[in-house]
Amino acid sequence: MNELQVDNLHVAIGDQQIVRGLGLTVPRGEVHAIMGPNGSGKSTLAKVMAGHPDYQVTKGKITMDGEDVLGMEADQRARKGLFLAFQYPSEIPGVTIANFLRAALQARLPEGEELEATEYYAKLYEKMELLGMDRSFTSRAVNEGFSGGEKKRTEILQLAMLEPKYAVLDETDSGLDIDALKVVARGVNTMRGPGLGVLLITHYQRLLNYIVPDHVHVMVAGRIVRSGGKELALELEERGYDWARESAGEMAVTR
Amino acid sequence: MKPEVKAVDIDRNKGDFHYKVDYAKDAGRGLSEKTIHFISDVKEDPDWVREFRLRGLKTFLEKPLPTHWASKDLETIDFDKIRYYLAQGAGAKRSWEEVPEDIKRTFERLGIPEQERKFLAGVEAQFDSEAVYSNIKKAVGEQGVIFVGSTEGLKNHPEIFRKWFGKVIPIGDNKFSALNAAVFSGGSFIYVPPGVKVKHPLQAYFRINAESFGQFERTLIIADEGSEVTYMEGCTAPKFETATLHSAVVELVALKGAKIQYITVQNWSSNVFNLVTKRGLAHEEAEIKWIDCNIGSRLTMKYPGVVLKGRKARGEVLSIALANNGQHQDTGAKMIHAADETTSNIISKSISVGTGRATYRGLVHVPKHLKNCKNNTECDALLINATSRTDTYPAITVRGTGNAVQHEASVSQVSSEQIFYMQQRGLTEAQAMSLSVNGFVNDLVRQFPMEYSVELKRLIELEMEGSVG
Repeated sequence: MNELQVDNLHVAIGDQQIVRGLGLTVPRGEVHAIMGPNGSGKSTLAKVMAGHPDYQVTKGKITMDGEDVLGMEADQRARKGLFLAFQYPSEIPGVTIANFLRAALQARLPEGEELEATEYYAKLYEKMELLGMDRSFTSRAVNEGFSGGEKKRTEILQLAMLEPKYAVLDETDSGLDIDALKVVARGVNTMRGPGLGVLLITHYQRLLNYIVPDHVHVMVAGRIVRSGGKELALELEERGYDWARESAGEMAVTR
Repeated sequence: MKPEVKAVDIDRNKGDFHYKVDYAKDAGRGLSEKTIHFISDVKEDPDWVREFRLRGLKTFLEKPLPTHWASKDLETIDFDKIRYYLAQGAGAKRSWEEVPEDIKRTFERLGIPEQERKFLAGVEAQFDSEAVYSNIKKAVGEQGVIFVGSTEGLKNHPEIFRKWFGKVIPIGDNKFSALNAAVFSGGSFIYVPPGVKVKHPLQAYFRINAESFGQFERTLIIADEGSEVTYMEGCTAPKFETATLHSAVVELVALKGAKIQYITVQNWSSNVFNLVTKRGLAHEEAEIKWIDCNIGSRLTMKYPGVVLKGRKARGEVLSIALANNGQHQDTGAKMIHAADETTSNIISKSISVGTGRATYRGLVHVPKHLKNCKNNTECDALLINATSRTDTYPAITVRGTGNAVQHEASVSQVSSEQIFYMQQRGLTEAQAMSLSVNGFVNDLVRQFPMEYSVELKRLIELEMEGSVG
């Protein structure tokens, strides 16, 4: 039951259907990748999983370790162990990274219990070192004036600090140069293990050279049209999304 | 983490209680010459004070409400229904043991005696019209520092008191300063002798206990040459059905090279009209700094000012206003440059929640003949809901050349994407909102004394709790 499961999910924004019957299972301990062209609904899927209020789930369900997720508020999902690394993280003016993460960790403690400050900073500095971040970063306001690379690194830092059960990484590779990509990948790879299930959402195969997935899914027009091992990513890179689109078409016909 | 010491515990929920108290001295409802004589008789005013009051009354009755520029809500104040003076008539005590039991328990519940022991140089506690407790630490008193109520000040130290009283803010400055002149009671009188630097803050706590009451304290602080003093005030009132009026006048005088820091953290309940006039006079190389936090009240109108009278004088206003549902914070600052090389700095941050409205009014005046004056004004507004409102009315007149003025203003909103982002990290919507608001005021709060910044953050959290959903 230790898995994040999406079953026959349909999502609309207004009148427009974006996700149309998507199914997916990510057990803890595995890394799954979703690849797909622009407009296939990848980012919508990520936001819906995290509980973004703008999207309307018209059908289907999402469960985490067997527990229904769709009935929970976004913050409740987060505290239960679901993490989303945003494609475009928000700026929080005046709130330092140190204070933000502290508040986030504090929110996970039972009422009346206080986060131990010394341990907290020790852990924060350790994770920052892993991600090659200078300590002075802790006193900068979250994402304010950050470069694209700094933002993505900060997302991974939060992932490392919050230690979720499941992490959805939405196009974490976009806008990164190769050095930054390697750092981010190192961060994720260090966290890989039996306690964490990862869903990598990406447009390009490049990221998967550094974070090697256990399974690859191809998403087209709001559905998974093909699933396979890591070699599927390479095949897709070679043959292009049109090939996947054709498959989707075949599926639509056969259904 | 260790529990932090709170400077002024003014949590409104904590302050929302009142005990029944027998008032031996009650001027009744409404305002007339009779009211003035009643107050003067009870207080055994010298003749000049009685005359001052009568002039105040005359001016108050003559002046119209400033509704041509200010909120029409002022018209809802029924001056005939207000009680202008209420006291037990026991006088201000030097020790808490002597304070009548029914009043003492109010301040104990608010934690004042405890804070005094911990980190204050002196405390004055005012209950409705009169100070019930006033004490200064022995070491501070031995330096010649005077810290008493206004009544005691004008009687026992007339040579200093009379020289400055009503000089920084004349009776006719505005309708409410005139009202205060007529019925003033309570407030602090502080004198710091030349060169004396008072290390710990002096604190006053203003408590309204009675319904339909008007509190009109009058504070006068004089820092003699080269001296330094920090004064802090906190205020609470129970939540009554009827309107309560708080109309204070605060005058500060910083003589050559002196420094005064005046800190207010107000958290009035939502039935209080808070109409306060505050101004300081800064002589050569003197510095006056107002730190003003306005949370709560129904309508606050307050524009702390500094008259920069001497060369190289400095004036500063740092203010934070939080207007919640149904509240209007009409606040700002006045900087009157009257000498060369004077500098002033205004930083104002306001937050409007629900149907709350925050208004900034600023006045910066630099006349033509002056040289090398500088002003910096920054005012930032944060809107929480679609129904929240903010207005900015800056009036800057700078004549002549060789003076520099800088003005920046911004309005921002907490976006739903930002809240979602924070929720995704595990914060509830209310926690996310409160953290955003604290982030917005953070750079300003950092300039506050430690105990105050902690208290303020907690108050903002409390205010934001009911703002979402």
